[in-house]
Formats: sequence, structure tokens, C-alpha cells
Amino acid sequence: MNYYLKRTARIPATILAVVTLTFGLIRLLPGGPFTQLRIELIRQGVPVEQVNARIEALQNIRPDAPLYVQYFDYLAGVAQLDLGRSISLDQPVIEVIARALPWTVFIVVVSTVLMFVGGVLLGAIQAYWEGSRFDKTFSGVSILLTSIPYYIFAVVFVFFLAFQYRLFPTGDAFARGLDATLNLEYILSVLHHAALPILAFTIGGIGSTALNMRGNSIQVLGEEYVEVARLRGLSDSRIATRYVAKNAILPMYTGLLLMIGFRLGGTVVLEEIFSYPGLGYYLISGVEANDYPLMMGCFLVITTTLVVAVYIADLTYGLIDPRISVGDSNDY
Amino acid sequence: MTTESGSTSEEIDWRSDASSSEMSRRDRLEELYQQTIYEPAVVAWSDSRTRLGISILSVYLLMALVEILGLWRNPSTSQADRLLTPFQNMQYPLGTTQSGVDLLALIIDSTPFILLMVLAGGVWATGIAVVVGTVSGYKGGVIDTVITSFSDFFMAIPGLPLVIILALTFSPENPIFLGMILTINYWAGLGRSIRSQVLSIREASYVEASRAMGTSTPRIILKDVLPNIMPYVMVNFVFAARYTIFASVGLYLIGVLPYTGQNWGVTLNNAYNNGGLITMQAFHWLLVPIVAIVGLAFGLILVSQGMDRIFNPRVRTRLTGESESVETESDTSSTGMM
Repeated sequence: MNYYLKRTARIPATILAVVTLTFGLIRLLPGGPFTQLRIELIRQGVPVEQVNARIEALQNIRPDAPLYVQYFDYLAGVAQLDLGRSISLDQPVIEVIARALPWTVFIVVVSTVLMFVGGVLLGAIQAYWEGSRFDKTFSGVSILLTSIPYYIFAVVFVFFLAFQYRLFPTGDAFARGLDATLNLEYILSVLHHAALPILAFTIGGIGSTALNMRGNSIQVLGEEYVEVARLRGLSDSRIATRYVAKNAILPMYTGLLLMIGFRLGGTVVLEEIFSYPGLGYYLISGVEANDYPLMMGCFLVITTTLVVAVYIADLTYGLIDPRISVGDSNDY
Repeated sequence: MTTESGSTSEEIDWRSDASSSEMSRRDRLEELYQQTIYEPAVVAWSDSRTRLGISILSVYLLMALVEILGLWRNPSTSQADRLLTPFQNMQYPLGTTQSGVDLLALIIDSTPFILLMVLAGGVWATGIAVVVGTVSGYKGGVIDTVITSFSDFFMAIPGLPLVIILALTFSPENPIFLGMILTINYWAGLGRSIRSQVLSIREASYVEASRAMGTSTPRIILKDVLPNIMPYVMVNFVFAARYTIFASVGLYLIGVLPYTGQNWGVTLNNAYNNGGLITMQAFHWLLVPIVAIVGLAFGLILVSQGMDRIFNPRVRTRLTGESESVETESDTSSTGMM
């Protein structure tokens, strides 16, 4: 129980650290966001004497206050889910993010699950028939797949399936003019728009997952307890699931935690290529428009999502592997 | 402890010293060459994956060499007809871009940049991960707790978004600096998994034996722990290198890294934005940088797959026979005594 408490307590601590980091980065950025904002506002025709007040409204930071006051103001703003106002979209950042977050989570979760399940099944079959033609062919394919970054699949899919054959749309999360209510047309439209991003994000990962699973399974197959289970006359299916699969998947599950992190970061490139309106897409548009509140808001929320995702994965890991619940830090 | 036993051990030392200085300097060098270069090379070469991988990587080294020696023309606009397809005109074997730039020249031109960046990213990420992982895994206690929470924090930050913001701040244009920025938090996850491997190694009987003999911690880490995680580290070096190239090209593709001129990512970005995506005529413009990127990653991964062989002790001893194991045994015992 102690472990879960400790683990839960770490979430706010991590988020606080990340908020501090974003604050520090805002201060670090070239020319400073205030300089940028000032230029932007003056260009928009805001009178010079009103600029400071406008900045305060936009960013929740009083530009003339001392640094620590700015920091606490920023913290207080974030705690109230007030991430400032997007300059380029002229909307509260939190509203933009609330619209974008579900799409990113949708893409990442679906593609990661597909990748994991597909990779595990393929790897297990390969290991079972080690040395067979299927094994050899697919090992080669897997190695090739791991050398191709996901955005290459994305670009190629966009080229052939969206632009050349017009089978799939090239932007948005669902067809324009549809209401976001749960009816069949809407769901089909969402799936149609998400199909290519998910596919591109899944294929790239399947190869390495399969290679991992294959290696682990072959190792487990050579262990004595599997031999003992065979000698005891246990059924093949029982050996395959309870003995081999379970022990081969466990080490990969920890890798999955890291994977979620890389994949959440990867949506930045993926969403940009498909013009898919998730967090990564808005992060880039914030970068391109010098829209610091939007950019930092997206960064903060992507990070928070990752912290929560890893937390959930960590807890379920404890459920799957009883050894871990004793405590992550075996203090020695 | 008594003077007598002290003197006898001195005597032994003196004797072995004398005999070795007489005959073994050249022998030792010879042996070092045999053990560290010749034998691994033979083992590695016996694997077809390594052979293919090394061949692919040498093509890239060759391209870098061609660029450094200036053996191929530099890329410039309107040096050829626009949008030649590959092999249409053998003077421009890979075709040209929309503005008539020789694509082969573009690819060759940026090879040294890419290789430097990939090397820097790989060395930086795995280097820090090894230090962090071994120290926190072996030392344990407060040091472990501090390092673990530190790397947990870095693991909690998604890599690419952080890199994008850092790229805005620092505008990294130097390939080495860029490689380090791209893998700015890659070490965290790798360090964690190295730590968990070290945790199990430190319980192994030979490490316990070294500890009981009073061997110093840095020495145990260097002599007992590191050789055991080396295969894992080498494989992960390749993954870190692959991550560096994937991340850089991806970020160049969406246009958030500062351009310093052409490189594979920038070429891809140009092709992507200037019609490479729409018409079949410009598709080769998109394809050429893709092949360059995938080829490099493929070569790296093949070599890492073959590397497994070099580090796998079972395969090695089969090659070198019995005398090898006897020698290493005497080696370790002498280091233990010292």
C-alpha cells in the first residue's frame, strides 16, 4: 500500500516540476515572450500604454512584477486551469486544449494497443516456430520495419491513399458540418479520419514489439520450469499462456511505459502531417505563430497526460507482477 | 600480514615482473590485438547480418569521405534540368529537384553532418545512461533514490515537444550540439533499465566475491558489472542513434528545427511542401531522402543484431577454444590479488 501512496504523491510533485520548467522556458525563450507579445500587440494597433495590461490579461503574468511573484501568479493560474489566452486563435488556451486532448489520447491509445497486441501475437508465433520460413521472413520484415520511422509511413500514406487515390481525408478529425453527437455517421467519420494516422503509428511499432516478444519467448521456452510443466503433462494452451506468454510479456510491459512517452511526443509530427487537430498540431501551430501561451499550454498538457499515463501503467504493472508491489525501490 | 608472508608475495611479484618484461611486451600487444580486434571481427563477420550492415554503413562512410574530399559537385540550384527522375540522365543518377538541384549531391553533401549528429546523440545518451544506471544500481541507498527521482522527472517529459521548445531557445545548428539536444532526455529511460540489470548483477556470486575481497567500487563497476551490460549497452547505442536520426528528420520535416542549409530532413521537407506530395513526377524527390534515412537506420540495426554474437560469450569461446578461458582465469585472479 505504501508503494501506491508514494507513487500517487509523486504525480503532483512531477507536475509542479514541469510547470516550473515551462515557466523557466518561457523566461528563457529568445527575445522573451513579452518582447514578442509587445511587438505583436503594437502591430495589432494596441496603444503602447495599454500593452502591459493586455499582456497581463493574455498570459497571467504581470511583466513588471518581480520574478518570484510572476512565478506564483503563473502557478496559481495553472492550478485554476487558466493557461492564458491564445494570441493566434483568440481563445482561452484551456478551451483549445480541451478540444484537442481527446483526439491525441484516442490516436495514441488505439495505436499503442494495436501495436502491442499485434506485435505480441506475431512474436509469439515466430518464437513457437523458431527457424521456420515464417519466422525467418518475418524477422527480416521486422528489422526493416524498425528502420522506418512512423512519419515516413504517414507521408507515404498521405501521398498514395489521400492525395492520389482520394480514399482518405487529409485533415480534421471528422467531416465538416457534422454534429459531434454519438450517431453512426459521426462515428464512421471519426474512424475514417483517424484510420491513416493510427495505421501509420501502429505499423512502425509492430516490428520492434514482435522482435522483443520473439526474443523473450525463446528465452522463456528454454527455461527449466517450462520443461517441468511439459513433463507434468500440462496442456499446451496452459503452458503457452500461463508459463510462456506471461513471463515473456512482463519485461515488455515496463518497456511500454517508455513507449507511451515516446509515442505521445511522436504525435507532434504525426498530427502535423495529417493535419489532425490534436495537442501536437496545436503545439506546432503555436510555435509557428509565436503564440507562447498556446505552445506552453500544449506542452504542459502533453506532459501531464504522459505523467498520468505512466502512473496508470505503473499501477497495473503492480497488479500483473506481484513482485513489484513490495516496493519499486528495493533499498539496497 | 606478517613480514614473512609479505616478503614472499613481493618475491613472487618480482619474479613474474622480470619474466614478463623479458618476453611479453610484444606478445601482450599481439594478444590484445587478437582479443579485442581480430577475434571479434571474425565472429562478427561470420554473421550475414553484420556483413550486410557493415557494407551498408561503409557506403555512408564513403559518401562522407567523398564530401570531405570534395569528389562530387556541390548542390546548387539550376545545375541541371528540373525534376529529372532517377537514372534518366546518368550525370544526375538520383534525379533532380524542382529547382534543378542534383539530388545525389544533396544527399552526399549532408552525410557528414548527419553522421556526426547521430554519433553525438548515441554517445551522449548511452554514456549518461551507463553512468547513471550503474552508479544508482550499484550504490543504492540515498544516491539511488536521488538519481532515480531525477531520471523519473526527465522520463515524464515527452522528448520531441521538449526538443522543439529547446530548439526555439537555442537554435542548435552545430551537428554535435543538435545530437545532444535531440537526446536530451533519452538517457533517463535507458538509465532506468540499465539500473535494473545492475541490480541483478550486483547479487551475482562473483561480484559478491569481489566485494568480500575488498575491491573498490569503481573497480567492481568497471571490471565485473560493465562487461556484463556491454551487449545491452551496444544494442541501445544503436537504438539511441536511430532515435536521433528519426527525431531530427521528423522535426526538420515539420519545419521546427533551424535550417543551416540542406540535409536529408530539409530535403524531405522541401519535397513535401513543394509538390512531392501531390504529383507522381516529384515523388522521387521525396523518396531519395527517405531511402537515405531508412538505409542508415537499417545498417545500424543489422550491425547491432550481429553485435550480439561478439558479446555472447558462448559463441566466442567456441571460436577461441580452451586456452582462452584458462588465460582469462589467471588474469582475473591476478587483478584480484592486486
